[in-house]
This record gives sequence, C-alpha cells and structure tokens, in this order.
Amino acid sequence: MEPHQHNDQCKEVFAMLSDYLNLELPPETCDEIEAHIAGCRPCVEFAESLRKTVDLCRKYQPKELPAPLGEEAKAQLREAYRKMLAARRA
Amino acid sequence: MERDTESQLARQLIAGEAGAFDRFVEYFRPKIFQYSWLMCGHREDAEEVAQETLLKVFENGEQLREPGKIRSWVFRIAKNACLMKRRKSIFAPARELSLDEFMPAKHQDENGVRMEIADWSSLPDGKAMRSEMRELLEKAIRELPEAYRSVILLRDMEELSTQETARILDVSDDVVKTRLHRARLAIRQRLDEYLRGNGAKEGEKTHGTAPAQ
Repeated sequence: MEPHQHNDQCKEVFAMLSDYLNLELPPETCDEIEAHIAGCRPCVEFAESLRKTVDLCRKYQPKELPAPLGEEAKAQLREAYRKMLAARRA
Repeated sequence: MERDTESQLARQLIAGEAGAFDRFVEYFRPKIFQYSWLMCGHREDAEEVAQETLLKVFENGEQLREPGKIRSWVFRIAKNACLMKRRKSIFAPARELSLDEFMPAKHQDENGVRMEIADWSSLPDGKAMRSEMRELLEKAIRELPEAYRSVILLRDMEELSTQETARILDVSDDVVKTRLHRARLAIRQRLDEYLRGNGAKEGEKTHGTAPAQ
C-alpha cells in the first residue's frame, strides 16, 4: 500500500461511497470519484471492502428458520384470506 | 426476477387461484421471519410478527391494488408489527452514528502514513468460516441502533429501493441514504476487525510452525 494521508478528497469520497455503489449519484460526481480512486489505492481498497460488505448482506442466508406453521395459525390465516376474497368480490 | 415472482404471487392471491394462499404464505413467511428476527432479536417474537403480518396482509388485502408493490406493502406491515413487539432491553441504544467514527485509523510506519484496513481481497472460505462470518454479520446488525438496522435490513437484505424504504419508514430518501451508508460502514468495520484478527492468528501460526533457519 502506498503511503496515504487522508485528504479532503478522500473524505468526500468516503462520505459518498454508498451512493456511488448504489449508482445513485449524478454521472459527473461518479466521474470525479473514479478519477480520485484511480490514483488512490487506499480508497480503492476501502471501496472494495464496502462493496464486499454489501455483497455479504445481500447473500445473507439465515440459519434460523421459522417453525412449521401450526394448524391453528394456518386456519386463522386461511379464514382471513377467505374474508379478503369475499370482500374483493362484493 | 424475484419481484416478478412476488407480483405473480400477489396477483394469483387476489384472483383466488388454487394453491395461491399456500404459495404466498410459504414464500413470505420466512422472509418476514428473517427480517423480524434480526429486528426483534427473539425467535418467539419473530414468529409472532410473521403471523400477525400475514394476518394483516389478508385482513387489508381488499385494498391491495398494485401487486407489483406487494413486497413494500408486506414489509410496511412487518415493520409496524416489530415496533409493537419491541423489548427495549435487547435493543442497541438509540444514537446517531457519525461518519468520522468509521474512517479507518491511520498509523505511521517506515513508508509513511497508512490506512489500517484488513486484506479483503480474498474473504475466508470454507463452511466453518462462512458460518462464523454469518454470525458476525448478525451480531453487527443487532448492534446497530434501530433506525440504522431497519434501513440496512430493508435496503440490503430485502433489496427494497431507497424510495420504497423511505415510504415504509416514513422518512425522506436522504435520511435513508445517510443511514444506509453509516450502517454499512459500521458493519464493514466489525468485519474488518474480525478479518484483521483472523489474519493475525494465521500469521502467528505460520511463523510459529516455520522451521528455524
């Protein structure tokens, strides 16, 4: 890693990284960020670590699953659904 | 693709097609459970939230006009059900997260000032490590103040848009963006700490077993 001093531009990029990764920035701001990142390896590495964090969140699969739906709970839902259909058809 | 499936499920549900009820419940119940389990922290609460949410979806289903918006409709109800279940004792304290606390620290070495971050180029693989990462991620999410936790769950786990999340949480788009960024930074920091600790341990092991020259 190259020697690195956080400068104002690094801080600006740092503040906008999620918007950048979400493609929620105007094209000219994206260009500015990319121009900065091209010459700033720590910012590239940081942006990559944030992107991987988002990726882990998106791929998250819970270990815990709900217990199978009990008969009583299912009957309660089915009854509400029956009423819903009746109301929609009325 | 998932959104198309959901719209279709909602359309079939409204039309009263055979099997639509079961398919809808089977699809959405685990999703609501996952969200509420991470929001509430208690399995029992999460199961109750899933049941109450589905019940409300059907009770108010008469008003469902846009099947394409079923996901945000369901999660708006789930969010409210979670709020009703809130047990404050397990919740991370409400506080604002600031950007500065997540800017990686710097240190000085022979090459100058460097940023202290882990090597993320290859995340640990293997079943045990993936399970450890998942637990760490869950812990990091639970440690977030509620306002940030709800945003990251809706935006990054449920992949709702900024606008949909803003409507569900009754805040502006800008608030969603700000909270999402800080929540991601907080989680990134937790994972980074773990990766650095892990790297250090592996390093020690390598050095410890290396034959003396």
